[in-house]
Amino acid sequence: MAFESLTALLAMGGHAPYVWSAWGVAAALLIVSVAHARAERRQLIRELQRRNRRERNLSERETDER
Amino acid sequence: MWAFIHKLGSPKWFYAISARLTPWFWAAAAVLLVVGSVWGLAFAPSDYQQGNSFRIIYVHVPAAILAQSCFAALAVAGGIYLIWKIKLADMAAAVIAPFGAAMTFVALFSGAVWGVPTWGTWWVWDARLTSMLIQLFLYFGVIALRGAFASRDSGAKAASVLALVGVVNIPIIKYSVEWWNTLHQPATFTLTERPAMPADMWLPLLVMVLGFYCFFIALTLTRTRSEILRRESAKRWVRDLADGHAGGRR
Repeated sequence: MAFESLTALLAMGGHAPYVWSAWGVAAALLIVSVAHARAERRQLIRELQRRNRRERNLSERETDER
Repeated sequence: MWAFIHKLGSPKWFYAISARLTPWFWAAAAVLLVVGSVWGLAFAPSDYQQGNSFRIIYVHVPAAILAQSCFAALAVAGGIYLIWKIKLADMAAAVIAPFGAAMTFVALFSGAVWGVPTWGTWWVWDARLTSMLIQLFLYFGVIALRGAFASRDSGAKAASVLALVGVVNIPIIKYSVEWWNTLHQPATFTLTERPAMPADMWLPLLVMVLGFYCFFIALTLTRTRSEILRRESAKRWVRDLADGHAGGRR
């Protein structure tokens, strides 16, 4: 460890605002990227499923009418 | 060879092969980034001149390297799309551009914040910083051009051309610290020499760089797969695939 305590680590020898804001922005953008990619994938699959269901219902109705 | 390239360019084949690769890259990224962060933040020694503000290097350098790599990847994908009309290359380009812009922003922001305690200023109009800012605007241009056309193909072509033209900025950024007088220090990692800093400082940096690369690959694979679902949604295999998913998860 380069620091005596957790408080010393958080204080970063007086450089806390610089170190933590730079790391914070980097971490935030990475986390947002992952969350967005997951949400995007889930939403696309749900949309495809909805469309499949709609078309299946539609073709069933057509056969019923005949 | 040509058969292989053709196969690689097929969205269906890519979708299948990337399904197996993607989790490994996510896992590698998670491990490398956690190890690199703990190592860099808590265990690496502080710099004898800069103190602990030097720990910004562990996000600044990987983000800056990724910013360049993403743009190079954009140019390669753009070239492939323009020459061979391989749609997959354009799908990859569409998802790489926003991430590259984000990385450029991280590099600029962390650099500015680092500049305050180190140089006494958060911004100077010197060669490295200015060329990096131009890089950010090039990313914005590529992203905006893609959406500026009524037809997807026109937007894709325009974005590809800008990526190919804009790639000229990459060597300018790289050599800016040698060609001009600049506040910015020269590269930490070169292929030919050992880093000028002790190993317990640059090893965590290497871990972080590898972690960022794995993250980039994992994210690009994941989002290219989504892009395939979006653009190929009329294809039989894509619709069958959606039915195989329970409740829209994974």
